[in-house]
Amino acid sequence: MTYNTGIVLLGACLLGALCGCVGSFAVLRRRALMGDVMAHAALPGLPMAYLLAGGKSLPVLLAGAGVSILVGMVLFGAMRNRTRTQDDAAMALVLASMFGLGIVLLRHVQNVSTGGHAGLESFIFGKTAGMVASDVWLTGGMALVCLAVIALAYKELRLVCFDPGFASSAGIRVGWVDALLTGLLVLAVVVGLPMVGVVMVAALTIIPAVAARFWTESLGPMLGIASAFGATSCALGVLVSASQAGMPSGPLIVLAAAGLFAFSALFAPRRGWVARRIRLERLRLAWRAGRLDP
Amino acid sequence: MNELAIQVRRLTVAYEHKPVLFDVDLDVPKGRLMAIVGPNGAGKSTLVKAILGLIPRVSGTVSVFGKAFSGVDPRVGYVPQRESVDWDFPVSALDVVLMGSYHRVGWFKRPGNHEREGAIQALREVGMLEFANRQISQLSGGQQQRVFLARALLQRADLYLMDEPFAGVDAATEVAILELMRRMRDEGKTVVAVHHDLQTVADYFDDVALINLRVFGVGPVDVVMTPERLRQTYGGRLGALETIAKSATGAAP
Repeated sequence: MTYNTGIVLLGACLLGALCGCVGSFAVLRRRALMGDVMAHAALPGLPMAYLLAGGKSLPVLLAGAGVSILVGMVLFGAMRNRTRTQDDAAMALVLASMFGLGIVLLRHVQNVSTGGHAGLESFIFGKTAGMVASDVWLTGGMALVCLAVIALAYKELRLVCFDPGFASSAGIRVGWVDALLTGLLVLAVVVGLPMVGVVMVAALTIIPAVAARFWTESLGPMLGIASAFGATSCALGVLVSASQAGMPSGPLIVLAAAGLFAFSALFAPRRGWVARRIRLERLRLAWRAGRLDP
Repeated sequence: MNELAIQVRRLTVAYEHKPVLFDVDLDVPKGRLMAIVGPNGAGKSTLVKAILGLIPRVSGTVSVFGKAFSGVDPRVGYVPQRESVDWDFPVSALDVVLMGSYHRVGWFKRPGNHEREGAIQALREVGMLEFANRQISQLSGGQQQRVFLARALLQRADLYLMDEPFAGVDAATEVAILELMRRMRDEGKTVVAVHHDLQTVADYFDDVALINLRVFGVGPVDVVMTPERLRQTYGGRLGALETIAKSATGAAP
């Protein structure tokens, strides 16, 4: 393994841990699809930043993506509050139209850019091959900051996700905590864009969290397991992508996560399908043998 | 009883364009058990949420213990409707009860041993100590309600607003909740509970507020629950209203 692969692997693991952790709260707060809207809404920001700043330094591109997400969120909020559009319809609308705009702008940039190739389309499905150490430090640094924030606000995040009404009556500013969660989700999505891509990055916030839920009945361990699943998925995706020329990393990462989910759903103790099946069959056997006590 | 726990004046609340509560005045005296009663969709839960500031008011004022109330006061505890939360959430009964200490613990800090002992004591008081480490989805409806009450106990409030505490619980839990509420009252606390069972209002509560968009009567149960007022509140649809009213006001059948 080269130095660069090692660095990319480290960044990928931190990214996966971040997405698993933030995604757990997003899933529990019923905001799982918000991440998908955010990711797609990020796309127009990349070519815009490229055109305005005239370069493709990663911090500038990601800042553009962040601004673009905020525009998408404002659009979504306006549609929900000022028109009578339902949440899911408004989400689909923002997601698709921002993604459409992003593709059009991307194509435009590709046509006008000198050398004919701006390399921005790698953000659609994610790419790790071109990443340099400074990109990884940026990703990893932001991931660490987000994880620290989650550790600090763990109690408030958990209460608001479980019972916002009670939280509010107990003096917790639910609006602020929700804004914090939204901000963390935006950061997780933005940080994940280069490696996983706009189409797939939301899945990295959802799948490890849902898979982790099968293994535990407690939020702390769920965050740990979701982080481990996220990191494992990212590491596997990056390694396979590095060994196969031209293979985008995003789909590989998501496939790895989906594999972990399938394994969890089937084989987790207690909540897994097999365990539940065995429990039921045991009860039936005991019933038939007349050994089932009330 | 001249001191008021809650004073609501000219409260109006609307969803979209339609008022759900209109020009509501409500006085809750200190140290009493009050039921908020009315038909489905009458605005009972809305009244509780509007008092707590959980939903915006169109107009009106709310004072608690003589001061304008913004919705946050450590002396005010809230027991939400049981169905309002996801009971498959990955927390244990003890975790939920500990949430009642968060307003004392403050931002960024974790509840310590002192809070933990308080939570265990609260679980003991509602008869749920042996379930402390159970994940909450593995509790029955009545047990879940008891966990909510234990959380309220740990808040150590002086005024409790409870949204349908008796909904969907078994008889044993109903008695346990009632005993708890009476103990709270005997300690000088005030409890206001949304209640849907007209039959038990007179047995369980001291005061009653009849609500259906407007207030149709507030005060001691035996004074307020007249057939006339119940008919107004329920729109004359319930045939059993007269019987209930007679038994509540102690009139001969």
